[in-house]
Amino acid sequence: MEKLEVKNLNHHFGFTEILRDINFTLNKGKILSIVGPSGGGKTTLLHLCSGLLDVEEGSVTNTFESSSFAFQEGRLLPWKNVVDNIALGLLAKGEKKSVAIQKAKEIALKFGLEEEDFEKFPKDLSGGMKQRVSFARALVVKPSLLFLDEPFSALDIGLKKELQMHLIEISREENISILFITHDMMEAIRLSDEILLLKADPGHIVKKFSYDLAQEKRDDRFVYEESAKILQDKDIIETFELNTLEIK
Amino acid sequence: MKFFLKILKDFPSYLWSGWGAIASILLFIALWDVGNQTYGNLVLPSPLETFQTLYAMLHDENVWNEINITLYRASVGFGLSLVFGSVLGLIAGFFATASMMSRPVVTILVGMPPIAWIVLAMIWFGMGDETVIFTILVASFPIIFVGALQGTRTLDGDLKEMADSFHLPWHMKFMDVYFPHIFSYIFPAWVSGLGMAWKIVIMAELLATSDGLGASLAVARSQLDTPTALALVVIMIGSLMFIEYIILEPIKREVELWRS
Repeated sequence: MEKLEVKNLNHHFGFTEILRDINFTLNKGKILSIVGPSGGGKTTLLHLCSGLLDVEEGSVTNTFESSSFAFQEGRLLPWKNVVDNIALGLLAKGEKKSVAIQKAKEIALKFGLEEEDFEKFPKDLSGGMKQRVSFARALVVKPSLLFLDEPFSALDIGLKKELQMHLIEISREENISILFITHDMMEAIRLSDEILLLKADPGHIVKKFSYDLAQEKRDDRFVYEESAKILQDKDIIETFELNTLEIK
Repeated sequence: MKFFLKILKDFPSYLWSGWGAIASILLFIALWDVGNQTYGNLVLPSPLETFQTLYAMLHDENVWNEINITLYRASVGFGLSLVFGSVLGLIAGFFATASMMSRPVVTILVGMPPIAWIVLAMIWFGMGDETVIFTILVASFPIIFVGALQGTRTLDGDLKEMADSFHLPWHMKFMDVYFPHIFSYIFPAWVSGLGMAWKIVIMAELLATSDGLGASLAVARSQLDTPTALALVVIMIGSLMFIEYIILEPIKREVELWRS
């Protein structure tokens, strides 16, 4: 079975220790999220898992057939229009241009883009539309593993929920596994089968939370209740330093 | 190919948008005529006289000869600085040390007045093509060099990472990720380099050669032939405007459609 296995992973930038002894496994069809405060090494961990950074100590074993990446800020090519941006990954895989464009258009519509947007350049798109394009670009290649780097953090709550629903739907249909980092607990609870809590200085995993209820059955109430519960967890309070903040 | 068709397709509407520019040129010519009526023919010939002289000149084979000589020198000088400036600028941009080291050199090249280069070139190469071409090269090379350098230095690391995450093959990485960005810096630099080359060629010819448009200008000056001098100026400005607005600007618009 396809899986991503991280064993005894350590990482340094110069003399600064970023990550210490990270261990986890992501199985086929599962959604794993890593939560933690900003600057805690989440992005570094994701880049190590996806191969954008070279592993120095420990091991990352990725047996997934294919993977793709959606970034926090979209990272669209400013000189390509919506359809060409989405088709990028397909063309890189050697797909024929006409086929790639056709597929790109289909998935764009699925992600709530309209035909009149197809020829637009990123400069003419709103933040939400850019993020839709970025998701479409990552998913059109039908990856078996998807890496997400806080892709919802700049979106309003309505849009956030809509894209999350799309994501859940598509990952179910195509049986996609997702490794996903965020600092938003509610988001993590809505999407994940398992949440890893990453504490900073250096980044290490302090706790795991598992959720068995199927994602499509998690309603707002479930998410709110679980969020309330998790925010009272001793380790969460410590990791996000919630206890040291007081209004004077 | 598709790209050039698009430029051709948008060309008429681009031309049509030029009425404002034409109106302002006509207004300028009207002011010129006022100047002529105030100061007389010797100081400032009327536009009519100038254009009549120009018309006569354009029917003269010798004048076309001079134009061709100047064009040849300008193209060789500009072509050399385009090749050297682009290639060296790109190379310098890819290496931090090279770009740091080249900065002061570029400052010296830009800071040195072209007229000083002409004097040096006259000593080194004598009176002839080489002097003119050399002066054009040293004047427009740094402009293009800096454009290429900045284009490479400002490549977006985030986009590189994105390209890596999609495993883009090297030719796609170059054509789709690097090239459009670098081109958006280097192309305007080519345009300013060309403008510089065209000005320098006249100046260098005026001082250092006995043929070409610049030399004709020197002759017109010595004979106090103001209409001819002005007609020559019209040729120079007209050709520059033609290249800039009819050839380069439409390309630039198409290429930079994605910019805000």
